[in-house]
Amino acid sequence: MDFNDSAAEAAFREEARSWLEANAPSHDELDGLDDIAAAKLWQKRKYDAGWACIRWPEEYGGRGASAIEQVIWNQEEGKFATPGGVFAIGQGMAAPTLMAWASEEHKRKHLPPLASGEHIWCQLFSEPAGGSDLAALRTRAEKDGDEWVINGQKIWTSGAHYSDYGIIVLRTDPTVPKHKGLSYFFLDMKSPGIEIRPIKQISGGANFNEVYFTDVRVPDNQRLGAVGQGWQVALTTLMNERMAIGGGGGGVGFRQVFDLAHTVEIDGAPAIEDKNVRAKLATWYAQETGLKYTGYRALTALSKGATPGPENSIGKLVAASKTQDMASFAMDLLELSGAISDPDYAVAHGAFQATFMGAPGGRIAGGSDEIMLNILAERVLGLPQDVRVDKGIPFNEVPTGR
Amino acid sequence: MNFEFSDEQNLLREQALGFLQDNCPPAAVRAILDGDAAYDEALWRKIAELGWTATVVPERYGGIGLSYLELCVIAEELGRAVAPVPFSSSVYLAGEAILMAGSEAQKEKWLPKLAAGEAIGTFALGEGPGQPTPTNLATASNGESISGVKMPVADGDVADLAVVVAQADTGDGASLFLADLGGVAREPVRTLDPTRSHARLAFDSAAAEPLGAPGEGWALTQRLLNRAAVLFAWEQVGGAAAALEMAKEYAMQRYAFGRPIASYQAIKHKLAHAYVKNTLARANCYYGAWALNTDAADLAAAAATARVSATQAYYYASKENIQTHGGMGFTWEFDCQFHYRRSKLLSVNIGSEATWQDRLISAIEQSNAAARQ
Repeated sequence: MDFNDSAAEAAFREEARSWLEANAPSHDELDGLDDIAAAKLWQKRKYDAGWACIRWPEEYGGRGASAIEQVIWNQEEGKFATPGGVFAIGQGMAAPTLMAWASEEHKRKHLPPLASGEHIWCQLFSEPAGGSDLAALRTRAEKDGDEWVINGQKIWTSGAHYSDYGIIVLRTDPTVPKHKGLSYFFLDMKSPGIEIRPIKQISGGANFNEVYFTDVRVPDNQRLGAVGQGWQVALTTLMNERMAIGGGGGGVGFRQVFDLAHTVEIDGAPAIEDKNVRAKLATWYAQETGLKYTGYRALTALSKGATPGPENSIGKLVAASKTQDMASFAMDLLELSGAISDPDYAVAHGAFQATFMGAPGGRIAGGSDEIMLNILAERVLGLPQDVRVDKGIPFNEVPTGR
Repeated sequence: MNFEFSDEQNLLREQALGFLQDNCPPAAVRAILDGDAAYDEALWRKIAELGWTATVVPERYGGIGLSYLELCVIAEELGRAVAPVPFSSSVYLAGEAILMAGSEAQKEKWLPKLAAGEAIGTFALGEGPGQPTPTNLATASNGESISGVKMPVADGDVADLAVVVAQADTGDGASLFLADLGGVAREPVRTLDPTRSHARLAFDSAAAEPLGAPGEGWALTQRLLNRAAVLFAWEQVGGAAAALEMAKEYAMQRYAFGRPIASYQAIKHKLAHAYVKNTLARANCYYGAWALNTDAADLAAAAATARVSATQAYYYASKENIQTHGGMGFTWEFDCQFHYRRSKLLSVNIGSEATWQDRLISAIEQSNAAARQ
């Protein structure tokens, strides 16, 4: 057990750090750019210097770096306020799926523009009738020559309105049990027949969309996996989704609330001296470090050749609730002022209030808390599945409630 | 970075697991729970023969001189087995205190005996309800002997020597003493976990020699507790894993309404929550093990973090194990009580959850202050 960098790791860290110091975008450089333009500027700069998606093989736009090097890079890049985020789905979920399932031709064509930030991808999985029960999705694809014709509706599609491509799971055979009738494709989001409507969230933002498909045509060669194998391909995406979201250190964390507790008072003394405040902070700190070191354990396993398993579901499960509770607690510490969300007046420009309103989404997106607990119970602890009344029944005979 | 035990350490874990399955099955724990013996002497002798009590003691004092990582591995397995032996008192506390602060003569006198399991040591800190502090300790020294009452002292009824925290009017307000318990009046005190015996020790001008410098006893105590906290946390993590395993096995074979109760989400989610708490605690214990083994600058924070999360995890797993068993879990006949008792005992033995939460924030404040200078 050794936490210190090996000589090679230290050299890599130094190389990364010095490149970042020389190249991380300045505040002035990003001033006036919208989030996407800023993210694209930084991604392209990394790509040109060989620092984009560094774990990917070089022929796909990466650097062929090890898992440990990826962590070192993340740690070093994390010390700079660099733009990003819009590439998370494409690079974190679509790309691993393409690497596992796409043809060599598709990989060479589509992975480099994902790495360079030229293309943004979205994920078209959830539907009004298929969320936690994702395999109950109904949007259908029917074969017509060398193409498939898509009709139906997807929902909760983050960034659909600015995405170039999307990954999509479709029902290609409604006459077999639900998991067996699905196929997986990727498609051009500018295809005729796609209509995107934003959904306003309780946080006030509108990053989610409804996406309607009317006779949208996708070539058969953009299918990943065999016809009817879509569920298996989707699992590749979903496992990577939990990794991509689980690592997210965004929102309110220990440091923000710890600092806040030094600036507000309880009974005339700094809140940090209050035992109850200290107890809560300590528990959250232990959760935060527990997640970090669980990640290190997974990484060590990864570097020894293991594949990440369902145990990685704990990251998002713990982090989402923790950030919600911490934001709520921070607002309590602010007492009457806790209600103010106006960035001009609110402490930390309203970060606690914004996190409080955004956190419910985190507990649902990418698999709800309850689904995560089911995954841990069934796939890690080996407990039996719940009774499924749709098991083995052709999809078009499953009761739907409406 | 390599955040995993070595192959040799994992082999030790397998051996320890196998040994304890054979020599410390639930029936052995129950024998101590139901009987009059203070601890399982046969098990203790075998543990000493295996050299576990000698793990981190240097070879020149009759030890094996392995690292603290090996001791953490052993601690986890002892916790998993709910072993009824005075290991934590003798090894994590008395042995550590002498290693930390003992004179050459004290080390030569006691460490070989502790390493061989011939002598049992313990640590006597608390005297009454509430957090012990240098100002509320009544035990005092006149230079040659100590007087005062310590209660409860884990394994105090069977220990041969005790490291005693006494008040001092110099330095940080406390001094440590090494007391041979041969002539000290002691009576067993019943605790909620009869598988680990405790006693009331009444020192009445009892011979005791200073351990470490006078007036440095409180700082030494904190350092000792930080080191021991990592090892206690590993015992807790081992116990928490065993409690979850018990709950899982029962839920798989217990049927209600025509199906295993393990297929109901109310049970699945409960057990998944236990898994999450156990996983986070274990990860913090990994870091604690590393910090203990390297005497890292942030050992205080690392130890408190491991301790807080391990205490929470074991408490949750042990109480929800009973809940999963339903009425049977509440019976004397079932073994669920082992973990429920042990989890609470371990959580108060070296300071409560709240105490360690406070210590954790203090450690972070201190490292922030150090960084500012």
